[in-house]
Amino acid sequence: MKEVFIEFFGMQNPNVRYVVLGSVLLSISSAIVGCFTFLKKKALVGDVVSHAVLPGICLSFIVTGTKDPFMLIIGAFITGWLSILVMDYIVQNSKIKEDTATGLALSVFFGIGILLLTVIQHSGNAAQSGLDSFLFGKAAALIGKDLLAFGLIAIVILATVFLFYKEFKLICFDPDYAEAIGVPVKKMEMLLTSITVMAVVTGIQAVGVVLMAAMLITPAAAARFWSDRLSFMLVLASIFAALSGVSGAFISYTTPSMPTGPWIVMVLSLIAVFSFFFAPGKGIIIKLLKRRKIQMQLLEENLLKSFYKIGEITEDFKAARSNAELKEVRRFSSGQFREGLNRLAKQGFIKRNNGTWSLTAEGLQKGRRVVRLHRLWELYLTKYLRIAPDHVHEDAETIEHVITPELEARLEKLLEYPDEDPHSSNIPYN
Amino acid sequence: MNDLIIIVTGSLVAICCGILGCFLILRKMAMVSDAISHAVLPGIVIAFMLGSDLDSIWMLVGAGLVGVFTTFLIEFFHRQGKLQTDASIGVTFTWLFAIGVIMVSYYAGDAHIDQDCVLYGEIAYVPIDPIITDSGSVLGPKALIVLSIVLLVILAVILPFYKEFFLTSFDPAYAAAIGISATIWHYLLMSLVSITTVASFESVGAILVVAFLIVPPATAYLITTRLHHMIGLSCVFGILAAILGYYIAYWIDGSIAGAMATVAGLNFGFVFGWTQIKKARPVTSPPISQD
Repeated sequence: MKEVFIEFFGMQNPNVRYVVLGSVLLSISSAIVGCFTFLKKKALVGDVVSHAVLPGICLSFIVTGTKDPFMLIIGAFITGWLSILVMDYIVQNSKIKEDTATGLALSVFFGIGILLLTVIQHSGNAAQSGLDSFLFGKAAALIGKDLLAFGLIAIVILATVFLFYKEFKLICFDPDYAEAIGVPVKKMEMLLTSITVMAVVTGIQAVGVVLMAAMLITPAAAARFWSDRLSFMLVLASIFAALSGVSGAFISYTTPSMPTGPWIVMVLSLIAVFSFFFAPGKGIIIKLLKRRKIQMQLLEENLLKSFYKIGEITEDFKAARSNAELKEVRRFSSGQFREGLNRLAKQGFIKRNNGTWSLTAEGLQKGRRVVRLHRLWELYLTKYLRIAPDHVHEDAETIEHVITPELEARLEKLLEYPDEDPHSSNIPYN
Repeated sequence: MNDLIIIVTGSLVAICCGILGCFLILRKMAMVSDAISHAVLPGIVIAFMLGSDLDSIWMLVGAGLVGVFTTFLIEFFHRQGKLQTDASIGVTFTWLFAIGVIMVSYYAGDAHIDQDCVLYGEIAYVPIDPIITDSGSVLGPKALIVLSIVLLVILAVILPFYKEFFLTSFDPAYAAAIGISATIWHYLLMSLVSITTVASFESVGAILVVAFLIVPPATAYLITTRLHHMIGLSCVFGILAAILGYYIAYWIDGSIAGAMATVAGLNFGFVFGWTQIKKARPVTSPPISQD
């Protein structure tokens, strides 16, 4: 394994070099273009274009009679562009929605392409063999000439994005504002579409029609979970793409029966799914944890409040309370009840003694504060917003967990350190 | 006789897809069907490996499950991860498709799976293999029987619950308010779509399924505002595409599936053009008199 690793990354073998460099160049240029289509919420445009290049390739073969890659790419470019125009025209001039127009353009262009391809294949023209590499990709068979083309396209795409970075950013986030400050929105959109089509037309030769969509969408989707800044997102998407490009090439190098393109997409997808779950801030798991943390805070504070309220009634805040007593003040589900009490005990807010619980000094202070905030807020609502006293409880139930010490001080000052809330309950101070 | 079998098979696909496609379009879920049609690939490969026949009932059941799983993943990334729908669709189906292709490559030595058949053939793409186009052998009555069963299943689900599908398509909020769960009908519809996809790809290929699911209903959508008219019209347009497509393919010696999709597209083009002309020259109604 180690030798294979060294052999692969030493890149002595020109074939390996071509495949790796080709995959990386392609992945990066698609990822960068993909970020913009992703942000414009047109992620599936890449899928349409990749299906729509087929008729172009076939037509250009029928017209020129050769497999000159340059001519084929021009044909592909034209029908790829055409599919986007058709899509936009249908959406703008009928009640048909965007998703339907997308599927329509995709399937009809591809159908026409398949029809032409089979006609060519049945025509007995010997030169046609290999046309279908546009359909399925041939990343493992990249040669020097392909690499040159990919490199060129990558440079064009990178240069365009670099030059028009600000304009692209504007038309992605706020096309109306862009229009207002004099950005030629239509022209910029055409330019963006052109480099998208270009990325698709070249990328398709490596990964095939279906997986091309992933090369555009997946790195952008993954990167979006890690950053809110476009520049950082572009860099991250490129890194993810490059990583997948190298991994895909490496896997198909170590196991020759394994196809490069699908593995590139596989690695990309795994990175994306990992990001969906674990990215800090936006990841699903992180969000669940945050939500749980807040739920726990609410539970703990509500429990302490119950202790305090019993204390108010019995005028003894530190006496031991049984579970039944606590549950009488407020309803808790039994699982939560036990968990909350254990957590409070661990943090030193309450003490356990033979199945009953009593407040510690810290617990008493915290419980008192929650009750104080609740009653201060109720008073504030009745006094300043003129809400009826019987309507303020629900709102206070929520806000009591949120108010910061600064806000608390301002409330107290504004209300002039009141003694009673609107329900004539005592507002407790330390 | 072969002509007739092919045309009837194509028409059956057209009818199955025409019915389901209308609901998909109204729910703005056209691209989800595209995703499902690609995502069933790993399911098909697994079923192959378990030794089940392409036409077996288990294949259809498995397809239904894969379809539900795909839909679930798309929804999950969208709802829980707050990923925009289009990206969620794109990421999900390409991932599942890549898994399918990798599985095919891995089991290439296995006698049950032929990479050309699965990848280059009808499953992943449209039948570009000439064996299929000289008909009979593949478009045999077996596909006909499977598709008839699928059509019966679709009718058996849609007809009794037409109201539920209708309401959840047009006004999910109202449907929820009167106690119809949008989720159940959503997933049911998606499993029907995947069953249809698997039953049809053998004869027409994944992309043509998508073409039949989207293009005839979209054509019908242009000229009617009533759901049952739309369903009827899309079946008619679909059958038309199947018949004309077959003869065009026969005439120019090309892929039948490709020709059917092309005709469906042309058909849409004509209707679209017609509605545009009608819109440009509105029928002048007599002026309303003032007194």
